[in-house]
Amino acid sequence: MLWLGVAYLAALAALLITSLWTQNDFTGNIERVWTLDNFHDLFTIPVYRTITFRTIVLAASVTVVDALLAFPMALFMAKVASPRWQRVLVIAVLMPLWASYLVKAYAWRGMFSSSGLVESVAAPFGLGTPGYGLTATAITLAYLWLPFMILPLYAGLERVPDSLFEASADLGAGSWTTLRRVVLPMVFPAFVAGSIFTFSLTLGDFIAVKIVGGTTQLLGNVVYDNQGAANNLPFACAVATVPIVVMVLYLAAARRTGALEQL
Amino acid sequence: MKRRMSRGFTALASAAVLLGVAACGTDSGGGGDTSGGAPGQKGFTPPDVPMQQSIGTMEGQVNILAWPGYAEDGSNDKTVDWVTPFEQATGCQANVKYFGTSDEAVQLMKTGEYDVVSASGDATLRLIAAGDVAPVNTDLVKNYADESAFLKDQPFNSVNGQMYGIPHGWGANLLMYNTDEVSPAPTSWSAVFDDASAHKGKVTAYDSPIYIADAALYLMNTQPDLGIKDPYALDDDQLAAAVDLLKKQKENVSEYWSDYLKETQAFEKGDSVIGTTWQVIASLAQSDGAHVEAFLPDEGSTGWSDTWMISAKAKNPNCGYAWMDYIASPPAQAAVAEYFGEAPANPKACDLTSDKTFCDTYHATDAAYAAQIHYWTTPIEQCLDGRTDVKCTDYGDWTQAWTEIKG
Repeated sequence: MLWLGVAYLAALAALLITSLWTQNDFTGNIERVWTLDNFHDLFTIPVYRTITFRTIVLAASVTVVDALLAFPMALFMAKVASPRWQRVLVIAVLMPLWASYLVKAYAWRGMFSSSGLVESVAAPFGLGTPGYGLTATAITLAYLWLPFMILPLYAGLERVPDSLFEASADLGAGSWTTLRRVVLPMVFPAFVAGSIFTFSLTLGDFIAVKIVGGTTQLLGNVVYDNQGAANNLPFACAVATVPIVVMVLYLAAARRTGALEQL
Repeated sequence: MKRRMSRGFTALASAAVLLGVAACGTDSGGGGDTSGGAPGQKGFTPPDVPMQQSIGTMEGQVNILAWPGYAEDGSNDKTVDWVTPFEQATGCQANVKYFGTSDEAVQLMKTGEYDVVSASGDATLRLIAAGDVAPVNTDLVKNYADESAFLKDQPFNSVNGQMYGIPHGWGANLLMYNTDEVSPAPTSWSAVFDDASAHKGKVTAYDSPIYIADAALYLMNTQPDLGIKDPYALDDDQLAAAVDLLKKQKENVSEYWSDYLKETQAFEKGDSVIGTTWQVIASLAQSDGAHVEAFLPDEGSTGWSDTWMISAKAKNPNCGYAWMDYIASPPAQAAVAEYFGEAPANPKACDLTSDKTFCDTYHATDAAYAAQIHYWTTPIEQCLDGRTDVKCTDYGDWTQAWTEIKG
């Protein structure tokens, strides 16, 4: 716990302090002069607002898509499948996590290519590949993070006793009503738990968007470009505080739902 | 489940934190807070770093910081090895560290852990101004005399007539196009700027602030009113014009590339049909059967020219000089140029390449071809074209502008 406190808080403090320094643009040396210039730039230059907004919308969309996809799968795994099949399905869901993130992202790159799988499957319906861009990024990230949504949902659904389904049916509720009024309220904390993963992972992603995002850039890319390319650590740290603030707000909201206690 | 999940979350959080420590908690190392040289009449005045006067006894090892493919010791490919002969000849054990970007090189050199570095023109001046590298005594490097004259005393490898490194090799950024999709064959960079809409969604461009110079070079030829004399010396108005051009270009861009394998793939699959490239990418794509052609457009081009530099804090300066001399020698130059796909700085290497047409393909001895190339240089506040009545935009401004272009 002490180790965690030191590592976690000291790192955050270092990040915050660094973001208040400035950098010599030419030599790349950090100048330890206290200044709010980095934050001033961050708030006054419109492009950073656009990027922040785009990143949050993307993170939210990926979360919603994952929730919609994961719920039927988790429900089937927890309540319909036989115990033997349950194990097989859990392994199947975990399996993609064994493969490298990069391999999966590059696989999607191949599929979204103008001569790729998506194009040839969609062509008979008069559609085409969305091409490299925000849509492709959202689909790729939704695929990558899907197991992180399925597993908490599966765990949450497993805890809903079968007797509740029977009781609900005995009282005359149809399966849709049971789902809506009994199951969903009970697994809501599991949704929130899963969304913390999908939301935060998307918020910090910069690799998938480089591979399938075309010209799109997200907050992670701005941090990466400033640290890795422009060598401007202080500004990179200032940008990095944005997702931190967003996540703190998100976790505070999640805490109010009681989801964190359910984890 | 409760315990497992929370532990997972904790692990995730601590991983994120460790990344944070790595990224932001450390400072840039031993570089100190020296400011970047006071402005002088021409360019800037570098910090006073002593130059080595003679070669002493070899230290037994040398720490080399290099672009991938510049110091191969046979560990990637048994047949590709020019480091072992160096070790046998000099008794210097070579410890090689590869870096991925110019900026990473700048950062690593600040640690003082490395004796020599292969720096591109967009890193060299920053290293010189920060006092991270020492002037090079070219009399101590006997192969220097054989190198092509048009690579010596250039603004990106020397200051006020003092060389700060040994030229390594160079190449031009070319215009590549898909011969099936693009006709008639383009002759000018306008194909990716003013006429880019003909290939909407299939244009590609290099993902770095330094690409702004490509737009500036095009404007230099098409809009003389702007008064651009050097694509790396842009005042505020000139930079704004280049940014506008690139913003218009972006509407037609499929993606920006920085990984050469990614661009090769995009051209092979037809996702990109026209855009800036390197010779090595064009050769790779052609050998994979893609119908592409790369050429130097009428306006000339930007390019890179790499320089071996020695650290101001080198612990093994004698082995460092031995390495710089060795890598400039014809056999090493031939091996590295052929492996990486660039023109060698030492034309004597041309007799030793396994492909006898290699130097012709890369125009290694063609000074006229080389003159058409505007080599990557770090833009600085003091205008590189000699103007003193205005302040030019520096690399930090370019980085900011690049973020805005990508939007």
